[in-house]
Amino acid sequence: MSLPRTLILGALLTVLFLGGALLSFVWTPYDIELLDIPNRLHAPDAVNWLGTDHLGRDILSMIMMGARTSIAVALLAVGIGMGIGVPLGLTAAARRGSLLDEVIMRGNDLIFAFPSLVIAILITAVFGAGAANAIIAIGIFNIPVFARVTRGAALSFWSRDFILAARVAGKNKARISVEHILPNIANLLIVQGTIQFSLGILAEAALSYIGLGAQPPTASWGRMLADAQTLASIAPHVALIPGLAIVLMVLGLNLMGDGLRDLLDPRIRVART
Amino acid sequence: MIRYTVGRLVSLCLSLIVASMVIFTVVEVVPGDPAAYMLGVNARPDTVAALRAELGLDVPKVQRYLDWTAGMLQGDFGRSYTYRTPVSQMILDRMVVSLPLAVLALGLTILIAFPAGIYAASRRGKLGDAGVMGATQLGVAVPNFWFAMILVLVFAVNLRWVSAGGFPGWGNGIWPGIKALILPAVALALPQAAILARVMRSSLLDMLGEDFIRTARAKGLSRRQALWRHAVRNALIPVLTIIGLQFSFLLAGGIVIEQIFYLPGLGRLIFQAISSRDLIVVESVVMLLVGLVIIVNFAVDLAYALVDPRLRVRA
Repeated sequence: MSLPRTLILGALLTVLFLGGALLSFVWTPYDIELLDIPNRLHAPDAVNWLGTDHLGRDILSMIMMGARTSIAVALLAVGIGMGIGVPLGLTAAARRGSLLDEVIMRGNDLIFAFPSLVIAILITAVFGAGAANAIIAIGIFNIPVFARVTRGAALSFWSRDFILAARVAGKNKARISVEHILPNIANLLIVQGTIQFSLGILAEAALSYIGLGAQPPTASWGRMLADAQTLASIAPHVALIPGLAIVLMVLGLNLMGDGLRDLLDPRIRVART
Repeated sequence: MIRYTVGRLVSLCLSLIVASMVIFTVVEVVPGDPAAYMLGVNARPDTVAALRAELGLDVPKVQRYLDWTAGMLQGDFGRSYTYRTPVSQMILDRMVVSLPLAVLALGLTILIAFPAGIYAASRRGKLGDAGVMGATQLGVAVPNFWFAMILVLVFAVNLRWVSAGGFPGWGNGIWPGIKALILPAVALALPQAAILARVMRSSLLDMLGEDFIRTARAKGLSRRQALWRHAVRNALIPVLTIIGLQFSFLLAGGIVIEQIFYLPGLGRLIFQAISSRDLIVVESVVMLLVGLVIIVNFAVDLAYALVDPRLRVRA
């Protein structure tokens, strides 16, 4: 069986941005804190591959540093969602039909009903703008997603024979959830994690675009776009490049998620052949 | 049907109550006293105390919460701290921009997504399908605020077809108003249309595999006839839920887009209120948006049960 083409393309794009973000810890083409006003708004050329912004900073270096911010925020937000959502989902499935199950699921519905962007704005407005609050704001909305996916998938395993065998062997529900259910739904969680990761990148960009995400001098794609807004007509590249970076990163993650799902879900594999 | 409706109604009320409590709690922990903020750092303590009393901030929090919710039920959202005008009037003034924007964007979303989704499903596995799916993959990945910037650059700055921002108001006729909302609506609609087209396609493909489609084909309908007469109508059910969710997303998502186009909508109101610590306005606008989302979802649930009796039993 060959790897799905979408998976390869998606993984390539993702590795490109991950690599750029990691590389930025040790090297960027230029120092982004170095302002060079005489050379501002240069179009891409051999010296500055992606041109310079309104303060003469190298855009390629900014994109690399911005990738770091985007990835860190989105990844930690997925971490919050998984860290809280998965145990909640496992608990709800293990105690199916109990009051606890009902409370967890209704709580999820409630969070789903909130327009996420509005609440993210509210949180960052109340607790102050910054990367940490952006992570919390995005992370909260990942919790019900993971709780639902986990519960739904876990429920289908609770009726299986090998779970019954584990119960006969004397394992309690918590141990069964961790030792038998979790490994079986891991694939699904990875796919969902990829999707939430890409949504997190978009959310971070939106928040920092309206000034509620990472604060300067921390580079972020959303802020680069906000800075570029009034300059787009004079120097289109300052507006085009950060946007393209967001699109390619999100596209890469989505393609990878789709590819992983195809690869990991045997039912689809059978249906394809 | 009555039992189902009552059940949904109870959960609707619970959601609204919990939502109002959450919003009130979150906003009330804002660091900084609005009265002290408005009067500046040099204000005398007794002046601050007087303003606190005037704004009703000296009342215990529980009492304030109850007053706030009781007022909202009667359409009274309180008075803005900074402008001293009724919040309900401020919201109403902004709604005439935000609501038409959301409706226009939803209309565009459906207008793009339905044909695209149906076309892709009818050409499953062929080039047309792959093209539509590729386009939707791209559409989902594009941040709407960036797309908005590009639209401004192309249609307002270069082609000069529309103005780059601002809103002339509805006083000068419908057309100038609509014209100002077209670009923002397109920017909002495109990513949503990509999502909806994907839902439409997959829902339609599910239907095409059903027995009743085989029956329809067996009685002599062509593929196209079976698709239009039987599959599309049934496929609309999951599509409706997504449309319900999207409407609330468009209403809330307008907040960012309004900033780009300098539209005097709810988004502008909420940002101004946040920066001037006008808590009552923040609370009320957020509550209104959340309330609208919850009510729209409730309406979608009911519409479902009306259309599809099977759902009443399951719930």
